[in-house]
Amino acid sequence: MEPIYLLEAWKVREMLLRRELTPREVLQAVWERVREVEPRVNAYITETWDAAEEAVREAEKDWSQGKDPGPAAGLPMAVKDILCTRGIRTTCASLILENFVPVYDATVIERLKAAGLTMIGKANMDEFAMGSSTENSYFGPTRNPWDLGRVPGGSSGGSAAAVAAGEALWALGSDTGGSIRQPASFCGLVGMKPTYGRVSRYGLVAFASSLDQVGPITRCVKDCALLLQLICGHDPKDSTSLPEGVPDFLASLEGDVRGMRAGVPRELMGEGIAPGVKRIVVSCFEVLEDLGMKVEEVSLPHLDYALDAYYIIAPAEASSNLARYDGVRYGLRVEGEDVLDMYSRTRARGFGDEVKRRIMLGTYALSAGYYEAYYAQAQKIRTLIIGDFRRAFERCDVLVSPTSPTVAFRLGERLEDPLAMYMSDICTIPVNLAGLPAISVPCGLDQGLPVGFQIMGKLLDEVTVLRVAYALEQALGFRARPDSSKGVG
Amino acid sequence: MIGRKEVEHVAWLARLELSEEEKDKFSQQLGRILEHAERIKSVDTSGVEPTSHVLPLKNVMRDDEVRPGLTQEEALSNAPRREGGYFVVPRIV
Repeated sequence: MEPIYLLEAWKVREMLLRRELTPREVLQAVWERVREVEPRVNAYITETWDAAEEAVREAEKDWSQGKDPGPAAGLPMAVKDILCTRGIRTTCASLILENFVPVYDATVIERLKAAGLTMIGKANMDEFAMGSSTENSYFGPTRNPWDLGRVPGGSSGGSAAAVAAGEALWALGSDTGGSIRQPASFCGLVGMKPTYGRVSRYGLVAFASSLDQVGPITRCVKDCALLLQLICGHDPKDSTSLPEGVPDFLASLEGDVRGMRAGVPRELMGEGIAPGVKRIVVSCFEVLEDLGMKVEEVSLPHLDYALDAYYIIAPAEASSNLARYDGVRYGLRVEGEDVLDMYSRTRARGFGDEVKRRIMLGTYALSAGYYEAYYAQAQKIRTLIIGDFRRAFERCDVLVSPTSPTVAFRLGERLEDPLAMYMSDICTIPVNLAGLPAISVPCGLDQGLPVGFQIMGKLLDEVTVLRVAYALEQALGFRARPDSSKGVG
Repeated sequence: MIGRKEVEHVAWLARLELSEEEKDKFSQQLGRILEHAERIKSVDTSGVEPTSHVLPLKNVMRDDEVRPGLTQEEALSNAPRREGGYFVVPRIV
């Protein structure tokens, strides 16, 4: 049998229910694994042993009284360090929040605590979720468990690396332009961005408020459905939270996909896609056809402009959101001659390179004389992209593409070239602009590294996305783990 | 490239002190990113409404009920400097 720390969360849950394992044994196994591999992987900013220990104590008390402590109990989880956790520092991988200790829990954390959350650590990330490699962290880069010379993707790279390395059974990430799906793809995992508004953003440190969404990073589609179920739902504390009811995601997995139509946007299969990635993704189209689906090429012409529109809109929103870091109410302060001097010095010292770059870019795009040409134009292109998706979904049930144009790249490879780094989000960005749900499913290895298959769905139609993902996963039967030749075996 | 003067102006708007080295780097890098983004100007968007938000939600209200909020101690607990229940800032005027 596989070691406990590499099992799917749902399997461990069943073993807990059958009393073949205790929550303490699971935590112990994962904890020992953390001690073994964390020095090489650096998946965590803060390890939360006390919180995990406390959760396990509570769970064992419930079990001993014949009560079920909940579907997340005894299943160690990594939580991206962008979600506020009461009494546990939340840094966003930034010096400016190095000592910030939230006085409240994010709504997703509150919900998970009610389900028995066993949080084992706050996961590393790109500073304020700005990046695609987890190299932009004040706490040092996370390494890909498949190959320690490569990046795990980003910005939720710590969450993905923790799950891939066996340092957690599952994880929470956040996705503004691909920050869940791309690291899931690079680390051979399942990652999902739900429909905008499905999951509360209360207590999620804001990057780009019209794009940010919290979601699961897991070892299989079933775990993804289980975790999604626990975090979705209306929250009166978030004015962008949807009032719609939440379907039973687990029950939806088994449904038939026969007769469904998958569209392949031509714009996401172009020259930028590495040949090895394209080959594996195309072979998945055949698998979908064998399952009785119709796969056909479609065109969403404005996707060609999605990356540029995104890199105006996201920095613009970020430059406004990050104005709050001024050294007054929380976070770092660097004293100055007057209040303006204090602001400028605090922000100069507290923010890293990429965050400054995006604040500058966003401020520029919003400034007098450039607003219409850049920001307003990007917002109009966003409207055109939404229209393209609507038309495609009149014919198709889902759209499919590679998750990332390449497999995991080497550490340092794109650090000096921001534009090359931004290009790695080219396939994931469009659904954020349109608010749609999308998942990445591992579908093969290219040069020994994982490739992700992206499935995008209609607004609020996570059910179909998950169903197709599950059918593909079962048909592929693809299971791979990092080995010790280059990674952590 | 965007000019150094412009970089300094934007940095001032953003309340961000930049080193001389950063000014050079950003004028080059932002220039390249914006050059790439120039492509969006070629798209005909006449008559297209801008999207700031994907949801149809508007003016979301809650009932005006008293609920527990943060205590003063909690609100001040992360303050870099505090005194007598206030945040302390440098002289403004």
